[in-house]
Amino acid sequence: MTRHRHSSKVVTASSLLEGDTVWLTADDRWTRNMSEAELLEDEAVAEDRLLFAISQPDIVVGAYLADAASSKNGPVPVHVRETLRTKGPSNYLHGKQQQEQPVALSSHFEEA
Amino acid sequence: MYRYSDFDDAFVRERVAQFRAQVERRIDGGLTEDEFKPLRLMNGLYLQLHAYMLRVAIPYGTLNSGQMRQLAMIAERWDKGYGHFTTRQNIQFNWPRLADTPDILDALADVEMHAIQTSGNTIRNVTADHFAGAAADEIADPRPVAELIRQWSTDHPEFQFLPRKFKIAVTGSPNDRAVTRAHDIGLRMIRNEAGEAGFEVIVGGGLGRTPMIGKVIREFLPRTDLLPYLEAIVSVYNALGRRDNKYKARIKITVAESGLDEFRSRVDARFRQLRSHFRGADQAMLERIERAFAPPAFRSAPLGRYEIVQRTDPAFRSWTDTNLAPHKAEGYAIVTVSLKAHGATPGDATSGQMRVLADLAERFGHDELRISHEQNVILPHVHKSDLPEVHSILGEHGLATANVGLISDIIACPGMDYCALATARSIPIAQEIAQRFDELKLEHGIGELKIKISGCINACGHHHVGHIGILGLDRAGVENYQVTLGGDGTESAAIGERAGPGFPAEEIVPAIERLVHAYLDLRNGRQESFLQTYRRLGIGPFKAALYPERVDANAA
Repeated sequence: MTRHRHSSKVVTASSLLEGDTVWLTADDRWTRNMSEAELLEDEAVAEDRLLFAISQPDIVVGAYLADAASSKNGPVPVHVRETLRTKGPSNYLHGKQQQEQPVALSSHFEEA
Repeated sequence: MYRYSDFDDAFVRERVAQFRAQVERRIDGGLTEDEFKPLRLMNGLYLQLHAYMLRVAIPYGTLNSGQMRQLAMIAERWDKGYGHFTTRQNIQFNWPRLADTPDILDALADVEMHAIQTSGNTIRNVTADHFAGAAADEIADPRPVAELIRQWSTDHPEFQFLPRKFKIAVTGSPNDRAVTRAHDIGLRMIRNEAGEAGFEVIVGGGLGRTPMIGKVIREFLPRTDLLPYLEAIVSVYNALGRRDNKYKARIKITVAESGLDEFRSRVDARFRQLRSHFRGADQAMLERIERAFAPPAFRSAPLGRYEIVQRTDPAFRSWTDTNLAPHKAEGYAIVTVSLKAHGATPGDATSGQMRVLADLAERFGHDELRISHEQNVILPHVHKSDLPEVHSILGEHGLATANVGLISDIIACPGMDYCALATARSIPIAQEIAQRFDELKLEHGIGELKIKISGCINACGHHHVGHIGILGLDRAGVENYQVTLGGDGTESAAIGERAGPGFPAEEIVPAIERLVHAYLDLRNGRQESFLQTYRRLGIGPFKAALYPERVDANAA
């Protein structure tokens, strides 16, 4: 078996008060926009950043390392679950995507 | 229906006050998340993919109009204007803020509701036949017994830290609409040869990663022995259940590992010890509860325009064909209001829709509403003369879809759109299947067909007992959907058989379409349902329809 290669990571968690998704930035902030997150290429650094995140239980809950890829707009998710966490559910324009597109809010069952 | 006593009210209020203080301490740093998590879970508060989620118990699925209006208010004031009715007859709010949850619980307490024991390794909200107290085929209303079990199990000091969660379902009808055979304990009301009412007690059923049909542990349990016998079962499970392995911790594994006979003899021994401790207080309480569930004053009236409208309005006719069930009272019907408009999210209702349902219950339905495990809302007592008006009002609010029991009446768990445990999305698959068969104008021709979708192996979407079950899994970061066939959640319960390899998201709806076309080709006329055809022919021809390329490869 080949040794599992370390892929790039971001530190992500849920905010304590809102429960929504947040990511850790390179300058030690929590952001609601994944593209501002710090992309961690080195496994040891990633573990260190995770410990830093876990040490802030009054701000975030359930911090973990999620796979991410780099893009010209910053880190982007690899797994579909993480993609949903950057946007919100697919049945309504709620969650993070709601802030991006405040116009199209009505859900289809209200029109039905 | 049951109304809170002063004791109940004080108990619920005190729990809210305790939780308010716990939330404050969490926010100001007095409690860590590890300390807080079990406390919030005891009050139904989860942390999901995008937000907190509050799961509110609707005991045995029964609501009055005031409670439904309060749920509408909560959805509007503290959430995003809708709620999600679940397969356990609960309602979930998907977007509350942590600091608001004590206020939400206070608002629930104002209408005699709470979120206690909707999570954690406790006895959960007791579920029951959603046609309880109305069904023509019923021996007796199961709700008084369900309420007795609720009171016994709420904050039961011995059963707050069971090896795993514990679910009890009760039905008062021979036709099992409460999936009793897929619960930790299922209770079916029956009469013995002497005509006395009692229960068939089923134990060790469950879905999840190890689906099992429950086994009969006691063929006839007299009504008076119910609580000591339940206490004996749960107490033996509490002692024997596997706390070392979460995946082996449910009672179904305990029963399977001990063997039914050994488990039964331990329960019997414990029952003999416990029986004398129940000195009739439980029976006195049951009598009081039964009075609270006295049937409403049904009226005797002509059917009015009902039959005329049924003849002249095809939309009304179609709705009465699918969404009504026989009522025990002359001239009445049970109305199932579909929360499955084609393309809508199964089980979701807006605040506006909740208020319409509350108004209809108040005006036409003796103030009663039910939530079904199939994620629809029931108006259990509507006089047929009122049905044309009820139908017309429902239609104005997107609630008159005539599809109950049909292919678009799909159970779907929240899946990866909301749930932190999910491995794939369920809702979009349900939406696409419903829309596709609506486009094809096939669903009424197909007839009874239950599709159930779960977004992970925990099976909240009951896929194992779907005629067609769909299980969403994660294959290297990509959603993949497995199909099971021939499941059945009724009195003839069966676990569906896995058909073969899974399908990527874009291929699952065409696969279901092939399956349904195969059924239409194979059935012995319209009278033979999908499940009957499956039972007659076995999985072979359906597998061939799902995997045509394999058949081609074999022929080559």
